[in-house]
Amino acid sequence: MTQTARGWGFVAPALLWTFAFFILPLIVMGAMSLATLDGRTLVWGLSLANYAELAEKAYLWRAILVSLEITLTVTIVSVLLAYPLAWIIAFRVPKRWQRLTLLLAILPFWTSYVVRSYAWLLVLAREGVVNQTLLNLGLIAEPLTLANTRFATITGFVHFFVMLLTLTIYANLIQLSPNYRRAAMDLGASAFQTFRHVILPLTLPGIVTGAFLTFVLCIGDYVTPQILGGNTELTVPQVIMVQLGRRADFPLASALAIVLMGIVTLAYLACARWLRLDRI
Amino acid sequence: MRHALPWLYLMAAFVFIYLPVAVLVLFSFQDGNLPVPPFQGPSLRWYADILGDDDLTGALAHSLLVALGASTLAVVLGFLAAYGLARHILPGSALLRGVLIAPLTVSYLIVGLGLLIVLTRAGLGLSLLTAGIGHVVINLPLAFAIIYASMGAQQQNAERAARDLGADEARVILLITVPMLAPAIAAAFFLSVTLSWDEFIIAFLLTRFDVTLPVEIWSMLRSGLSPRLNAIGSLVFLISVVVVLSVELFFARGRRS
Repeated sequence: MTQTARGWGFVAPALLWTFAFFILPLIVMGAMSLATLDGRTLVWGLSLANYAELAEKAYLWRAILVSLEITLTVTIVSVLLAYPLAWIIAFRVPKRWQRLTLLLAILPFWTSYVVRSYAWLLVLAREGVVNQTLLNLGLIAEPLTLANTRFATITGFVHFFVMLLTLTIYANLIQLSPNYRRAAMDLGASAFQTFRHVILPLTLPGIVTGAFLTFVLCIGDYVTPQILGGNTELTVPQVIMVQLGRRADFPLASALAIVLMGIVTLAYLACARWLRLDRI
Repeated sequence: MRHALPWLYLMAAFVFIYLPVAVLVLFSFQDGNLPVPPFQGPSLRWYADILGDDDLTGALAHSLLVALGASTLAVVLGFLAAYGLARHILPGSALLRGVLIAPLTVSYLIVGLGLLIVLTRAGLGLSLLTAGIGHVVINLPLAFAIIYASMGAQQQNAERAARDLGADEARVILLITVPMLAPAIAAAFFLSVTLSWDEFIIAFLLTRFDVTLPVEIWSMLRSGLSPRLNAIGSLVFLISVVVVLSVELFFARGRRS
């Protein structure tokens, strides 16, 4: 047996698994998005009716807008909050406490996914901790409506992704040799100039990679908007689940999934220059 | 003041990060029917309640079964592929790596939806097995990437030495490669287990009668806020933290020695 044939033997099982249970399903899903429903029976074909429906029906294209708005807000806010946190842990916290601080900062990451959204529901509920505290302090007279809003969805998401991004940005920051900073300072740069012209460009690939990951995970998530957002507005994953549940409309659900993949592909192309996916 | 600012930020960040966890755990000890202020208790009644609930303990066992099974298979497949790609010259190896990593860039919801369509078309009933198949799909890229990244020249030299001394390939892998890569293999396995036993959407779409823990929690959520959910959530958190900390300690010791 040649070396190459042997190599194929090792790679083949994983490759077959990926083809059978990932690539093939995606191809079938793509074909499904071109099929139509006649009553309850599925008619295979090459129809663009589902995609036309996405453009025509307000609740469908609005879901795409809602998903984009929420995801972009979450990505930007999370990066802006996580960067200073990672910075402080990397450069202000004494070396011997760094690992512990980082570990503590991302520990709630390991709460069960469904439970984490539920916990935010408790915090933001009408009788919840935030409202009670504000009432007791006399800052508000009536409880605020915090749960079942877009604000709640974004809060739940930001909480999760701040932890994820702190980890990735921290990993990036500590890889920087302190010599860059010293050199910039020696050459007379202010702290801000050093950050703006030296540190930020050097850490940009890490930030963009983390932000892309956030974008992908956020736009495809069903749990957080479903638990925290209420049903005032629906995101794409929520609409997909409605199609699967109520009418078993697999063609329309598939078309929505294809649109979701298209959006992620566009996001990928937009930041491909800086992406280092092999270094996640 | 300028020096206090970073510490204030750090404190505010920790309050934000721990607020939901603190509320979750605190009100799991609530001696009343609603997990909201004022706090009454502490009481362990909700813990006794969930531990006596057969649906929940059954779901917990299902979750562990799926997580351990799917992670074992994902690590074995991922290891073999990493070995093949790192030790043999294959045409188009960059493309192959891309294909193996690809599931990472697709939402779990879409992975689940695709499998749901194919499996129901193929007439296969939904069960823990189908959920496990889905979990291998999402864990395989991670296992492959972690193990592939740690395959260096150091092991290759040891493998070559063993081969020169007459060991066949199976023996080289089992006696040289696997032991040398044990930390990476363990890391891949534990990461897979923690991701898989907590995974919701694929398990939700691909199971029917026997469900995993997150799916069971989901159906409990429909009946609204309850300290029961706090208790089960706190317990799950505790288990995850113990696993994560023991892995961290294990590796911290490994680094030092």
